Amino acid sequence: MSAHHSHSTDHSHEDHHHHEETFISKWVFSHDHKMISKQFLVTGMVMAVIGMMMSVLFRLQLGYPGESFKILNFFLGDKWAPGGVLNPDMYLALVTIHGTIMVFFLLTAGLSGTFANLLIPLQIGARDMASGFLNMLSYWFFFGSSVVMVLSLFVESGPAAAGWTVYPPLSALPQAMQGSGMGMTLWLVSMSLFIVSALLGGLNYIVTVINLRTKGMTMMRLPLTVWALFFTAVLGVLSFPVLFAAALLLIFDRGFGTAFYLSDIFIGGQALPQTGGSPLLFQHLFWFLGHPEVYIIILPALGLTSEIISVNSRKPIFGYRAMVLSIMAIAFLSFIVWGHHMFITGMNPFIGSVFVFTTLLIAIPSAVKAFNYITTLWKGNIRYTPGILFAMGMVSTFITGGVTGIILADSALDINIHDTYFVVAHFHIVMGLSAVLAMFGGVYHWFPKLYGRMMNNKLGYIHFWITFVCAYGVFFPQHFLGLAGVPRRYYTNSEFPMFDSFIELNQWSTIFAVVGAVAQGIFLFNFFYSMYRGQKAPQNPWKANTLEWTTPVEHIHGNWPGKIPVVHRWPYDYSKPGKPDDFVLQTTPLEEGEGDEGKH
Amino acid sequence: MTFFIILVIILAIITVAQMARVYELSSELRNKKEEEISARDNKINATLMMVFLIAFFSFITYYIVEYWDKWLPPSASEHGNATDWLLNFNFIIILIVFVITHIFLFSFAFKYQRRKGQEAAYFTHSNKLELIWTVIPAIVLTVIIILGIKTWKGIMMTTAPEDSIVIELYSKQFDWTARYAGKDNALGHTNYHLISGANFLGLDSADSKGNDDIIVKGEFHIPVNKPVKFVMRSQDVIHSAYMPHFRAQINTVPGMTTMFHFTPIITTEEMRKNPRVVKEYAEINAARRSQGKEEAIFNYLLLCNKICGTSHYNMQMDIIVDSEADYQTWLSSQAVFQKEKMAEKPMPEILKIAEKK
Ligand code: HEM
Ligand SMILES: [Cu+2]
Ligand SMILES: [Cu+2]
Repeated sequence: MSAHHSHSTDHSHEDHHHHEETFISKWVFSHDHKMISKQFLVTGMVMAVIGMMMSVLFRLQLGYPGESFKILNFFLGDKWAPGGVLNPDMYLALVTIHGTIMVFFLLTAGLSGTFANLLIPLQIGARDMASGFLNMLSYWFFFGSSVVMVLSLFVESGPAAAGWTVYPPLSALPQAMQGSGMGMTLWLVSMSLFIVSALLGGLNYIVTVINLRTKGMTMMRLPLTVWALFFTAVLGVLSFPVLFAAALLLIFDRGFGTAFYLSDIFIGGQALPQTGGSPLLFQHLFWFLGHPEVYIIILPALGLTSEIISVNSRKPIFGYRAMVLSIMAIAFLSFIVWGHHMFITGMNPFIGSVFVFTTLLIAIPSAVKAFNYITTLWKGNIRYTPGILFAMGMVSTFITGGVTGIILADSALDINIHDTYFVVAHFHIVMGLSAVLAMFGGVYHWFPKLYGRMMNNKLGYIHFWITFVCAYGVFFPQHFLGLAGVPRRYYTNSEFPMFDSFIELNQWSTIFAVVGAVAQGIFLFNFFYSMYRGQKAPQNPWKANTLEWTTPVEHIHGNWPGKIPVVHRWPYDYSKPGKPDDFVLQTTPLEEGEGDEGKH
Repeated sequence: MTFFIILVIILAIITVAQMARVYELSSELRNKKEEEISARDNKINATLMMVFLIAFFSFITYYIVEYWDKWLPPSASEHGNATDWLLNFNFIIILIVFVITHIFLFSFAFKYQRRKGQEAAYFTHSNKLELIWTVIPAIVLTVIIILGIKTWKGIMMTTAPEDSIVIELYSKQFDWTARYAGKDNALGHTNYHLISGANFLGLDSADSKGNDDIIVKGEFHIPVNKPVKFVMRSQDVIHSAYMPHFRAQINTVPGMTTMFHFTPIITTEEMRKNPRVVKEYAEINAARRSQGKEEAIFNYLLLCNKICGTSHYNMQMDIIVDSEADYQTWLSSQAVFQKEKMAEKPMPEILKIAEKK
């Protein structure tokens, strides 16, 4: 691909300087990608704290079913936790909103929103996003969507409770459960706003990467973070509209008597008039987004990990081209595997076997990525920042969760473990833990760029070790629950004596969850304290090659005070023989006869 | 309660103060730069990586040993043996991959920690290595795919034998109903408009095939070594008919019928005598007795495994696998569904007209 758009003249820079900055235009409706990035990050963190607290509440019920906890009553009141015992409807509601928040608000908007906004312009050498205005809108739609989601917690009949996958008819009929009333309506409104935000953001990221790369920044010289964020945006733009369609049809079925998803239903003593709809249609539409969505979450995580591992092991990322090709392969394949969520829904089994094939194919590029990370560490010179600890943790969880994907992808095996705790363990480890760990790593690594100060390493180390141990402690044992046939989304297992053998296991899971949750206080403290009292960051604290570290520490509009830097080499020249330092900035011209990996 | 809240607040303040102390001590007082990682920090973290690896493997081994005999007992259905074989085969493969990659990951993390005077290698790519670890997974996955699809075909893409017993499993919030096809081995026609208190499956009196249908709740029986064909329907929302002991599951979906067929091979009596089951239930019952709970006895189960509302967690039915003789005795003691009940609620006029057209 050709890249030398010399948009990198100074005009956009000057544009910005004509504006008078008011409080509102600087802090609230900012068009500056760095500010928007911080807005996404902090909003995502607030949502994450809510989501995490919910998980602690329902884990208490799972570990100690039917026991009374003051804290449950304190947060949920007499209506939803009478006498300190969680109500079953509220259990389902908490699980639903927890899933929605973690998947969409933290790991989609929070993760991509933060790092695409921060890193795309800075790492490709652009003064800002292609459209600062749309970028600002993208944040505010996300903000609105978060507000609606949080408000839905307070409606009389409770928030949505049909699971984060909101399958109709359960989600379509208020008669089917309390949460499918007003709560579900707000859920749909919130998600619609969310989709608008994702689309505005995604289009902007794509256009920016294609058009605004600085001189010399060929596609094959892009840092892997940018590659990953770019394909994430492509996935989002192609798949979110399908979710929007699904949601819209669901709104029709709920409010206007249509029958897209409903047929032959007798509920609440009444035979509904709708016939001819298909609940499976919703699942196809949902997972057509849903599977790419899991890669929308994991690709940025992988991108951050690539960068952090390479910088801190002072070694070029191993197999750059293979990494780019795997990102492309994963992005493409992720559109043709959605049926693996539907093997036993009554979908034609022949089609099921096609999805077995495509799903298992995706394991190949995933495996290549994992092997390449490990090889990057080999013969490295690893500097243990909190960032690389989290990145290494991510490689571990990505492998642990990835291999169980192979079991689930085997439809014959999925018959017996679908919708059990085995799936819960799989997707939490491969997606939840991996992406959260990578996101933490990213925050520690780029905090100096975000806030101009350093975070404290000691607290970072403590935070990592507790989090990492607790993360596996919560989820690894759940594989065994799944293999014993324990279904997910159960308020309690105590109705089945056959699950009595796992009482203790569930208690340990809860204990790890509580300790892990409390430990996040260390991070929050470190984050906010460092914002004001952290050591002043030098310009290039980690001695990295990429362009974001050539900008001044103080944020300015347009990113570079003078001309935009010109790029001469790929981003991974670490420990290159014959160089004075163990890093070479991308802006350093090639020497006579020096080869560049980015140019083949 | 107030005491509790005050305690939490005080603890929180102390914790934050402590963290601030760690913070200040570890950075500013010692005049250390955060971006320069000390030799000591490198060493500690690298060592912890190794410690973690060992602890993690021990943790996993502990769980495998501890819960080995608490997974599902041997498959009670014929096809389930193939499933279990495939599961074990896949587990061996992924366990190997998991162990090898983790050993490499964490030992590299330990071995290549920064040391004075050490330099990293400039190793950008190796087509040979990358080819190897693309091709090997590809080959392994090909084997997995072929075996997987073969097993799947054997279970799902075959038609139930002619002489299968036909049973309808009907789900609604929050229980299951089983309907036997009776002597003609054909289920009577139903319509959801006919559902009423007595005619809770909506049987249509106009269809004589339904005259000998038998409807049961709470538990249903099937004979050993005879194929059973399940036809699934749902009244309200999606549920899932999950029979883990038989390695069988399929969703029940309003507006469509789904099917599953299998052959049970172990009777309930036999399974109760299986040493693993005996041991597990002895432990379970010891604990239950000490808590003053009723003792439990092993049963095959039908569970709901798709979120379906408030009592999703308690939507179950027992499955009894009998010898052929016991099954016949049980079946003949069940009453045929009364035809009068079917007529409790008439078909709405408008639908009758539609049907005539
Ligand atoms: C080797 C690659 C992977 C394979 C073969 C794989 C396979 C599968 C399969 C077959 C299921 C459906 C299981 C069931 O519902 O019974 C599943 C569920 C899931 N996977 Fe993966 N997966 C892989 C990687 C990932 C990654 C990278 C992510 C996230 C970033 C992810 C996230 C999820 C989620 C969220 C679910 C559960 C959805 C739900 O039902 O709530 N998977 N996976
Ligand atoms: Cu998927
Ligand atoms: Cu159910």
